[in-house]
Amino acid sequence: MSSINTTLGLLLGWNPARLYRAVRLGLKSLWMHRLRSLLTVLGIVFGVCSVIAMLAIGEGASYEAQEQINKLGSQNIILTSIKPSEDQKVTQQGSLSFVLQYGLTYADLERIRATIPGITIMVPSRVIRDYVWNINRRVDAEIHGTVPWYPEMRNHPVVAGRFFTRSDMENCANVCVLGAEMVAVLFPMESPLGRDVRVGSDYYRVIGVMQPRGHTGKTETRPGEVKAATYQMFIPLETARTRYGEILAKRRTGSIEAERVELHEVTIRVTARDQVLPVAEAVKQLLERHHKKKDYEITVPLELLRQAERTKQIFNIVLGSIAAISLLVGGIGIMNIMLATVTERTREIGIRRALGAKRRDILTQFLIESVILSGTGGLLGVTLGILIPLFVSRFAGMRTIVAFWSPLLAFSISALVGVVFGLYPAQRAAAMDPVEALRHE
Amino acid sequence: MATPIVQCQNVHKSYQMGTVTVTALRGISFDIQAGEYVSIMGPSGCGKSTLLNLLGCLDRPTGGRYLLGGEDVSQLDDDALSAIRGSRLGFVFQSYNLIQQLTVLENIEVPLYYQNRPETECRALATELARRVGLEHRLHHRPFELSGGQQQRVAIARALVNDPLVILADEPTGNLDSASGEEILRIFANLNRNGKTLILVTHDPGVARHCSRTIRLRDGQIETDVQY
Repeated sequence: MSSINTTLGLLLGWNPARLYRAVRLGLKSLWMHRLRSLLTVLGIVFGVCSVIAMLAIGEGASYEAQEQINKLGSQNIILTSIKPSEDQKVTQQGSLSFVLQYGLTYADLERIRATIPGITIMVPSRVIRDYVWNINRRVDAEIHGTVPWYPEMRNHPVVAGRFFTRSDMENCANVCVLGAEMVAVLFPMESPLGRDVRVGSDYYRVIGVMQPRGHTGKTETRPGEVKAATYQMFIPLETARTRYGEILAKRRTGSIEAERVELHEVTIRVTARDQVLPVAEAVKQLLERHHKKKDYEITVPLELLRQAERTKQIFNIVLGSIAAISLLVGGIGIMNIMLATVTERTREIGIRRALGAKRRDILTQFLIESVILSGTGGLLGVTLGILIPLFVSRFAGMRTIVAFWSPLLAFSISALVGVVFGLYPAQRAAAMDPVEALRHE
Repeated sequence: MATPIVQCQNVHKSYQMGTVTVTALRGISFDIQAGEYVSIMGPSGCGKSTLLNLLGCLDRPTGGRYLLGGEDVSQLDDDALSAIRGSRLGFVFQSYNLIQQLTVLENIEVPLYYQNRPETECRALATELARRVGLEHRLHHRPFELSGGQQQRVAIARALVNDPLVILADEPTGNLDSASGEEILRIFANLNRNGKTLILVTHDPGVARHCSRTIRLRDGQIETDVQY
């Protein structure tokens, strides 16, 4: 223990010129055995590089996940209607012969509003799939009938024009806001604002364009994010209700399948962030009581966020252990080589001692060599570890983030490995008896 | 008369070899004055090397006193002995003992390096000494690029660089052909003429003839001590 203290004291207390000479001497000795030094260092290089690279990739992935969750709104609870599975349909108590009814209802909405406190805004929405036309161009779009405060609620702002207002809604105005992805297809040359698009036999005046949703195509869609996919068009909820009624009929070859869904999606905003989870639980219980079959789904972005954080934590723990193991192995490699070096250079140690080197001169000489080894390894590893994520982002299209602290940490730990694993060999060297060492062949 | 440079007073040395205690020196006493050129001779196993190690402060006597330049160094600790080796003693070995990864100049500088002398001063001193042993055109060669005689001359330059009180040489011509050996002995004779004190361990009578005094050892004791 005391030798560690004196070592550190020595390293810190040395004047720069002396340290510089000692480092040069170390480099010279290591340069004598280039290949050996290189191979020794590889363990540390790979350890450090893989850790930085994997951290960067993990950080990037979790950043992306969080960004998506933020888009959904961390104070929101999103309820979605889903078609119940086949076996549940069969057990249904023979309602309307061929009209399948499921999903969230306006009554659900009322009940939630009446019984659960701390809820500010609710965004009900209906989703209809249909073709949207501009003269002879068309896209297969999701037409969302929704409320004027949708953009603010879902962090999905309008980039041009405006969203529809309360009065548009009350008047059942034939206005619409297009998703940016859709604009590119329908209006490749001109601004869509003020133009009309056709859906079925109705025309809608375009009053705004939404911000692009980003790379939803690449990453897998999360449960709450189904509606964020592909082409979206927004119309006032009341308009949707009058135009489409409650029953949607899908004609397929030879059969007609009709569905009755009142609300496809409801977004609930909870006033206090820490109330999100309790409210979600209350909503769940409320819905369970009134829905015999599971024809809805509850997505809580905050919960997803928590999950993402937990996943990241586990990822970091796994990475941390890999890092620890590889640095341990690298350190043992350095210790091994330093022990061999010390034995091999017993004669040199004897000569130096005879010419006036003190024990701690020998100790620092070998310690500096092992720190140079591990430090060089760390430096190479850091460089590779920064370069690899760059390649990954470029060629695999994944987002990577190299946190500023990770190369710093990795480098200092690798330097520390040099001190820790170099200490024992250096002590062996320093403890040699000069007479014995000089006699060594 | 001035204080002798080397004073050995009833020096004993014994080693523990497992359970057996081996006594290498049993009561050695002699003085060496400044400017003497002494050879220590004797058959193998007589304790020459042990004596040289003690004189070179590489080891401590188990009994008696050893004074170097009037200072008792027989009970100093390791660091103090290192400092004395570095500043007051010069070593020349049979197998040259140069450091392989260093150049001629850097090898000569080693003793100065451990005395924390500024680098430029070291350079200048080392270059000067290389010139004195006739190696000014070999400054940046490595030891393995030199002949045995040249290597031994580097070692002599290294032994001189710290301006020591005594130069200790252990069979300095043992690995050399006779011509190179003569060359080395000429350098030693020259140094001695200029006032350096030299102690030389050898079992070659031809080498011993160059010296002004010969101490013969047998079984760890002084057999004869002859001044010419």
